[in-house]
Order: sequence, then structure tokens, then C-alpha cells
Amino acid sequence: MPNQPEAKNWPRWFDPRSRSLGTFGFILNRITALALTLYLILHLIALGQLAQGPAAYDGFIALVKNPLFKLGELLVIAAGVIHGLNGIRIALNSFGIGVRRQRSMFVILMALAVLCIAFFGWKMFMEG
Amino acid sequence: MTGSTWQVTFKVYRQRTGEKPSHQSYSLDVDPDEYILDAVERIWAFHDRTLTYRHACHHSTCGACGMRVNGREKLTCITTIRSVTRNGGTVRIDPLRNFPVISDLVVDMGNFFLRMEKSGFDSVVPLDKANLPYESTITRVSEHKHEAERLADCIECGLCISACPAANTDHEYIGPAVLASIHLMYTQSPSQALIDQADHHTGLWRCHSAYECTQVCPSGVDPAWRIMDMRKKIIGNRIKSIFTRPNEDKKNA
Repeated sequence: MPNQPEAKNWPRWFDPRSRSLGTFGFILNRITALALTLYLILHLIALGQLAQGPAAYDGFIALVKNPLFKLGELLVIAAGVIHGLNGIRIALNSFGIGVRRQRSMFVILMALAVLCIAFFGWKMFMEG
Repeated sequence: MTGSTWQVTFKVYRQRTGEKPSHQSYSLDVDPDEYILDAVERIWAFHDRTLTYRHACHHSTCGACGMRVNGREKLTCITTIRSVTRNGGTVRIDPLRNFPVISDLVVDMGNFFLRMEKSGFDSVVPLDKANLPYESTITRVSEHKHEAERLADCIECGLCISACPAANTDHEYIGPAVLASIHLMYTQSPSQALIDQADHHTGLWRCHSAYECTQVCPSGVDPAWRIMDMRKKIIGNRIKSIFTRPNEDKKNA
């Protein structure tokens, strides 16, 4: 029968239509978790360059100094900050803290995340 | 009723066993202060007698008429047409998510009702225990000699399960309404059997804090708060058990 819960329905997790703020938190946590997992894999591949000698590693470092890679690094920081702060909200809620205030907590923590991302962006692109 | 008339197109989900689902459009002249269920009934009465849907009380007590209106879970007997569209607009009506469709807007809620029954859900509970702790308790009517009771809030409409993203991918997940019921029963009479029903990966720990259940609940049950409170109790018990010697447990027992 159609309409049953099934694992293959997972793309619907990312559909924000007709959803409330809580689902936006849910979606953000999933996207950032996937992004961080992907980054971890790329990071391990990059570290693997060390095994191929100093020349290969230096070449790789020269490549990642490209502004596009810097933007990528900022996205990694953004994912970490958003996932971490949202995770704190969920952990507190699971201990029964602030459940009735979860929407306000989400808005405040995401505002804090935007400030953090702006700060790191400034540091990386204007000063770095 | 305002006496004004709106022309509204209702796009209604149609599904017969073995056939592909589709949406059928019906244009109706309606009073904007009528309810969505009134329009569905009129479609059935005057346009298409093959349309199937569930309804009973018409005043948000039975929980039978839960559907998705423009994608959002609603109890259609208390959702006015004015609140979801405008004159000349369209209203899309779909069955609840996460329940198998039997026909058109009718879904199979049998499994859900069985889980509610297993939790020992009382639809009537003592007045002081029917409220959530953060709500003010309704004052008992002093002239009543018997202990006052009222309907516990959950009307078993299934809107919370339809809205829950975790329930979307896991048919084993017992869902917000059942977890809220277990919490209600646990607060009245704590037991290990109730904890066992909730404390597993397809119970309390499957919830991913989207809070959609509380958003769509038409009865103010606040399932999300109840799930988090139950988690708090279980985590508290686990932490306590670390600092309690097994012998003390036996003595206390």
C-alpha cells in the first residue's frame, strides 16, 4: 500500500514545505552532518598525501590556498558551528531543559552561528 | 457565517486499490467560514458519491477527520476555509502521511490504535493528572462529591504521526502519540513495563527533535514535551543507577 513509512522516503526529510521551525533545525542538522562527514573523508585523503613525500604535500598545500578552497573551509566552519550549536539545543532539550523555549533557543543559537561565521569569514578573507 | 460566497477549487487526492494516485478538482461556491470537512461532505453529496473519507463528531472530539490541507496536518472539522485559502484560491486535500491509504482520504490506523491500547492509554483520567505540569490545573467543582475526571487530551487523530519526519522512514517507530500516552500513564503510575515500551531505538530515542508533533496537535497534548520529559526521567534513572550499589537496589526493592 502507498503512503507507508519506508526507509526510501528519506529525501522527504529535506522538504521544508508546510513545516515549522523545528523541522528547519532538523534539516540543518542533517545537511551539516553530511557535509562534515564528507569533509572528514576529504581531510583523511589530504593527510594521506603526507605518505607520498614532502613534494606531494607541498603541492597539495599550494592548491588549497586557492580562494575557492578558502570558501570551502569557511563552509566547513559554518557546518561545524551550526551543527554544534543546534546539537547543544537538542542535548539540553533531551535533558528536559528549555523544551518549551526550543524555538527561541533555535533562533538565538542560529543568530550566534551567523555571527561566528561572519567573524571567521572576516578573519579568513580580510585579514588572512 | 458571513453570508459572503467564495469560489474555491478543491484538489482532492483519489486512490483506489491497485490504481495510481491522482488529484481530482472540484469547484465549489462556499461560505469562507465553513469548515474544510463541510466542503468535503458537499463534494461527496453533490459531485462524487465515490469519494471516501472519515468523519464522525464534527467538533474535534473523535479525531476521525484528520487530513492534510495544503500539505499541513489539520483536523478538518475545525479548519475554516478562510484560514487556508482566499476567494478564487485552491485547497489541496491529501490523506495523512505515514499511514497506508485504504481508499482516497481514508488511511489504515489499526496499527496505531493497537499501540495506543498497549500503552494502556486512559481517555479519562483524574483532573489533576490530565493537565501538563506547566499548565494551571483546572479547579475542581466543589459540589461534586466524586473525584472529578475529564477527557485526557489526546483524541488519537494521528496528525502527530503524519507530521513526524522520523515516522516517515521507520515503520517500527511507535510515534509521538503513543510515547505521549506512555508518559501520561507513567506520571500516574510509574512502572518498568511502561519504561520498557518507550526506552528503545524505535521508541523515545528515534525522535529527532523536529517538534512537528506539538505544532500540529489539535488538542494541546504537547507530545514533544512529553517525549523529552520521559527522556529526562530515564536518563536520571540511569545516572542514579551508576551511584547506587546493587545491594541497595535489593534493599529498596
